[in-house]
Amino acid sequence: MISFLKTYFTEVFQAIKSLLSGMKLTGYYFTHPKNIITEEYPDNRATLKMADRFRGEVIMTHDEKNEHACTGCSACELACPNGTIKIINKFEINAEGKKKKAIDAFVYHLELCTMCNLCIVACPTDAIKMSPNFEHSVYDRRLLTKQLNHEGSKIREGVE
Amino acid sequence: MFEEIKTSNDGELVINVGPQHPATHGVLHLLITLNGETITKLEPNLGYIHRSIEKMCESLSYRQFIYSTSRMDYLSSHMNNHACAMIVEKGLQVEIPERAEVIRVLISELTRLASHQLWWGAMAMDLGALSPFFYSFREREVITDIMEETCGARLTMNYIVPGGLMADIHPNFVKRVKDFIIQFNSKIDEYDQLVTGNIIFQNRMKNVGYLSPEDAISYGTTGPVARGSGVSCDIRKLYPYSAYNKVKFEEILETGGDSFARYLVRIKEMKQSISIIEQLIDNIPEGDFQAKTKAVLKLPKGEFYQRVETARGELGVYLVSEGGTTPYRIKFRSPGFSNLSALNHMVKGHKIGDLVAIMGTLDLVIPDIDR
Repeated sequence: MISFLKTYFTEVFQAIKSLLSGMKLTGYYFTHPKNIITEEYPDNRATLKMADRFRGEVIMTHDEKNEHACTGCSACELACPNGTIKIINKFEINAEGKKKKAIDAFVYHLELCTMCNLCIVACPTDAIKMSPNFEHSVYDRRLLTKQLNHEGSKIREGVE
Repeated sequence: MFEEIKTSNDGELVINVGPQHPATHGVLHLLITLNGETITKLEPNLGYIHRSIEKMCESLSYRQFIYSTSRMDYLSSHMNNHACAMIVEKGLQVEIPERAEVIRVLISELTRLASHQLWWGAMAMDLGALSPFFYSFREREVITDIMEETCGARLTMNYIVPGGLMADIHPNFVKRVKDFIIQFNSKIDEYDQLVTGNIIFQNRMKNVGYLSPEDAISYGTTGPVARGSGVSCDIRKLYPYSAYNKVKFEEILETGGDSFARYLVRIKEMKQSISIIEQLIDNIPEGDFQAKTKAVLKLPKGEFYQRVETARGELGVYLVSEGGTTPYRIKFRSPGFSNLSALNHMVKGHKIGDLVAIMGTLDLVIPDIDR
């Protein structure tokens, strides 16, 4: 009988001890708020820095003269697994009077994109890249279909 | 597919758990037959998140189909991609640079850690303890930040291409992983202090959901579920792939077979993953991160099979090629599907309150089951 009581009380004591040791840890973080690393997202927008490789959306880089490096070769369109990219080509007549292929519109469906990075890898002229911008919410889904080449932009000299 | 709640003559009650239920970790539908509060039969009802990834892969090229496998078991997406890349490399007979192999294993083990940490938090949350979730996510956040910096994404990385990696590791990678190891080693004891020793937790886990070694084999369970029953099934150890033959680690085996044994296997596996990372992080060989491959990949006619150890168990990829640029047929043997099949056997005779605890130790990811 005494041994039964002994084991019973030891078990109860150990159970309380195990609960207290967990509570001790909770208490530690309660009294040491500096160890908490939570970032409060919409309030830290000014200091929030995303990694440079972070895949947020595909963008086409333009320089200050509003020129891009896209030749309209459609390598990205072929590499894309789910038809996110559509390239509409036109033919321009250059200074020498020759016909040259150029892009009319680089259509990018953000709503279909899975950020797999295969188009960026496929691009032979590094015309497109991934931007770390991740705030894509809009009120109308038509706004998610974007034209990546800017208005009036043309291909940079020397890019073949 | 919802059956009406009905009672039969012998007092049995059929109820639906899910598909929209917070404890099933996704859209899993379980039809449970109850006798009083005791479960007599459990029938999983699948198909709510079926996206036909296997069929989709048949129309994607060998470079493209890898990304879609990230969406199967999204918590071990890197290992899924690894299996698919390896099967393409097997068909093409490409030699992978040593550097790429080591980085692949490093990222795999970081993914495994992140997956087990999420499981640990979600498991404790299933039992009603909310705060462990925040502790596990504190360390997991560091891993996802490392992933974000090197792979470009936090969960569905798609960092692997046939022939190597998409990009070299970020210059900060080695330093940040070392910092993480120091931080993690000092924090893993908090996990034990908070949950493992807790008397309420132990009483809910011990002698619950017993799975004998024979049943574990006959149901085809793999990963921590089978190792909790003492069945040796670690692909990394038994059939080493990639750089796993260069590292020393133990295969964790527990003989209990109950929920607590499966819990211990995963906790100890975290420490083994850390040990693998520690061995490799200082020994990343110099060289290329990608082998030269052709622009259009064509696999020779034939059948290929490759398996890897994901965080949940054995993932097998079976590929039939007709010699074209797309696979003729792909079949994934996903670990979650087989592990779920053992659930009916494990919950029989237990109270309905234990169902969620047992399901938590299976570490189910529903998109992995449905594909």
